[in-house]
Amino acid sequence: MQTSSRSPPFAKPHPAGRWLYPRPEGLFCEAGGFYIDPSKPVDKAVITHGHADHARRGHGAVLATPETIAVMKIRYGENCAGAFQPIHYGETVSLNGLSIGFVPAGHILGSAQIIVEHAGTRVVISGDYKRAADPTCEPFELVPCDVFVTEATFALPVFRHEPADKEACRLIKAIRQQPDRTHLLGVYGLGKCQRMIALLRRSGFDQTIHLHGALVQLTEFYQHSGFDMGSLRTIETGGTDRRQDYAGELVMCPPSAIADRWSRRFPDPATAFSSGWMRIRGRARQRGVELPLIVSDHADWPELITTIEETGAEEVWVTHGREDALVHQLGLMGISARALALVGFDDEGD
Amino acid sequence: MQRFASLLDNLAFTQSRNRKLALLADYFVSTLDPDRGWTLAALTDGLPFSLPLRRILPELLSSTVDPELYRLSRDYVGDTAETVSLLWPEQANKAAEQPTLSAVVAGFETAAKDHIPQLLSNTLDRLDISGRFALLKLLGGAPRVGVSARLAKTALAQAFNQDIGQIEEVWHSVDPPYLDLFAWLNGTGARPDPGGRPVFRPMMLAHPIEDSDWLQLDPSDLAAEWKWDGIRVQIAAIAGDMRLFSRTGDDISRAFPEIASAFIGRHCVLDGELLIVRDGQIAPFNDLQQRLNRKTVSSRQLRDFPAHIRLYDLLFEGGEDLREFPFQERRKRLEAWHAKTPPPLTDISEQVTFADFDALSQIWSGTRAGGIEGLMLKRKSSPYIAGRPKGHWWKWKRAPLTLDCVLMYAQRGSGKRSSYYSDYTFGVWIDNSSTAVEISEAQLVPVGKAYSGFTDEELLKLDRFVRNNTTDRFGPVRAVEPKLVLEVAFDAVQLSSRHKSGVAMRFPRIARIRWDKPANEADTLATVRTLL
Ligand SMILES: [Zn+2]
Ligand SMILES: [Zn+2]
Repeated sequence: MQTSSRSPPFAKPHPAGRWLYPRPEGLFCEAGGFYIDPSKPVDKAVITHGHADHARRGHGAVLATPETIAVMKIRYGENCAGAFQPIHYGETVSLNGLSIGFVPAGHILGSAQIIVEHAGTRVVISGDYKRAADPTCEPFELVPCDVFVTEATFALPVFRHEPADKEACRLIKAIRQQPDRTHLLGVYGLGKCQRMIALLRRSGFDQTIHLHGALVQLTEFYQHSGFDMGSLRTIETGGTDRRQDYAGELVMCPPSAIADRWSRRFPDPATAFSSGWMRIRGRARQRGVELPLIVSDHADWPELITTIEETGAEEVWVTHGREDALVHQLGLMGISARALALVGFDDEGD
Repeated sequence: MQRFASLLDNLAFTQSRNRKLALLADYFVSTLDPDRGWTLAALTDGLPFSLPLRRILPELLSSTVDPELYRLSRDYVGDTAETVSLLWPEQANKAAEQPTLSAVVAGFETAAKDHIPQLLSNTLDRLDISGRFALLKLLGGAPRVGVSARLAKTALAQAFNQDIGQIEEVWHSVDPPYLDLFAWLNGTGARPDPGGRPVFRPMMLAHPIEDSDWLQLDPSDLAAEWKWDGIRVQIAAIAGDMRLFSRTGDDISRAFPEIASAFIGRHCVLDGELLIVRDGQIAPFNDLQQRLNRKTVSSRQLRDFPAHIRLYDLLFEGGEDLREFPFQERRKRLEAWHAKTPPPLTDISEQVTFADFDALSQIWSGTRAGGIEGLMLKRKSSPYIAGRPKGHWWKWKRAPLTLDCVLMYAQRGSGKRSSYYSDYTFGVWIDNSSTAVEISEAQLVPVGKAYSGFTDEELLKLDRFVRNNTTDRFGPVRAVEPKLVLEVAFDAVQLSSRHKSGVAMRFPRIARIRWDKPANEADTLATVRTLL
């Protein structure tokens, strides 16, 4: 197993490392013969959630929640894997004498932590997770374990997200204060988009929200799954909309569309972006964001620390993100931690 | 403190100048004294005291944040004040009310030196993230939120319907928190009186001369002067004190102590050009740059880059305000005044005599060869009017140089241009052999960057060209296939250690887009060097 040079010298690797370890394809469970969120096509894949850096096409068999499977089919097509086996939260499957269970991770709709029990040891692989409330997914469920495999996207003490409702209200206020401008909100297409819509609706924003075409299919999937998104409208490419139709309106689009030619159709657009990265001024300015909304679907620093403590894990493995700071902090807390060298995960969360 | 903090936040994220002005104007009108005055100080000349934050902050933090976590955070964030504002532990039972800006300033202004770390820590405890950031920026000097002192003053003028020139004129006779300034702007107080202090008088500026101007001008109404390649300055001397001001009213006296001593004891206000003159020869602008933007100056710089003032105009002689007098009259007074007791390191800018515009045009064509930036034309009857009044002064810059360069990189603009590739980096061929058949980007070397000189329609075409010919991307920058020739106009070429080519253009702009010209016919670095 590859470990970081920063792990405390006294810690002996946990024995679970003998049957669960990184390979070039991803985190491999030798005892069960499957990979978790592999970055390359494999025979058997267990998938935590539908984000593109976790759920890829071309696997032989996929074990995931029904929502994750649906997302994969929407994104990659019905036949993007040889076979799908849906598993609901709270269910377990047995495989070669070990058990695999799924519980909510609170990250996006259908996101799961994966519990693997083998040889008397329980390992929880968190995937991406957050503890803050989210009207569009089941809340994170804490599972005590021996080894906790955690994400570390925002693993620096400077990252403390704001209450999401408060940020949604800031956006609503900005829209009302500048009725001549279009507010252009950059969001990731899966999860953040639908969470922002739900947050805005909860805070009383009942105007029609205009969606960039790239956001439509996944939002419809949320609607079919029973989430009320209020009045939505798709911006057609080559449509006959006039610029002034968008004054005072809210348009949501993928982050890349903000600075794209696509955005020229709006009058004097004011750009907002909702992401944990917006905590850092330079990041917001770099993108020319006027209204940075500090809303994230990933755990911030205090959530990471609390969660790890609460699982009672003897050992923590850190996957994608800023491992240095987290491994160092856990060392200070007397928790043995090491960075797993896994490739293929995307810094931006989607 | 909350209002100040959210003002800084809003300014930092607003790109449009007009919107920044509106934010500031709204703040100045709706905020009470003395808070708004301290804000104005923070955005212009700074607070009247400074704290050794660089030393205090690490000490304070070392007891609350693990040094390794601090280091990793600081590396990531890139700004100390921001890092500290984010890392400072949030107090659980904080009072709902944050301290006011003026209470904070008063606290630090009067605190005993050894009490300052404790005071800083207590104040940080009482603020939220953006409050802490604002506090540290305030105490650390320049908040750098994309607002120049000039913009803050312009907003002040806008807020109170006053002329920016009027504000600049009283600026150096008021001090933070500017109670008398705001009282005057509000109409509840008298105009602040400079008394015995040397203050800035807003300068009179010229318009570039246009072809259509000539028709309305009579040569006998005009005086001509050389346009020197230094910086416009104003000298204000009174009662044993003097100030050297830049065109925008910034006090640059400290960087030029020799000029200061040349005018000590005089009582006058003068307009002139600041130059570096060695053995009677004007040194290149580059040399002057060695002396600018410095708080202190070494004796070596004084020796190697000797400053000099070439005088253009006399605004006050003693207490007498000459600004209403015609230019010709002021000029006579200037000559007489200078002849009596010339201050050291000064001379008067020579006037250029000419019979008619043809003769003047002849003289103008010779300016580049003479190392002169061009000509100034001044109406003999014009009073000295603050700002850029129409129909009085004209600058006639020497004809620009042009080179055919190849577009290499394009970057997205900001604000309204953020979806366009509107900033262009262009280069020339490294040597003549590249005009042969084989052409690759490796043989081009960048010589400059331009983002003006083209029409909106041309911008659309350039943007399309960039998108269709991208070979690589680095963040907001795209490398393009080297095949579009830009005819670039510029004033001069300077040596530059910052550029790989070793040269840099002054004031480059796109003169023409040569869609027709093959890239291998563009100019070479050797040609550029001949222009040095
Ligand atoms: Zn994710
Ligand atoms: Zn992820």
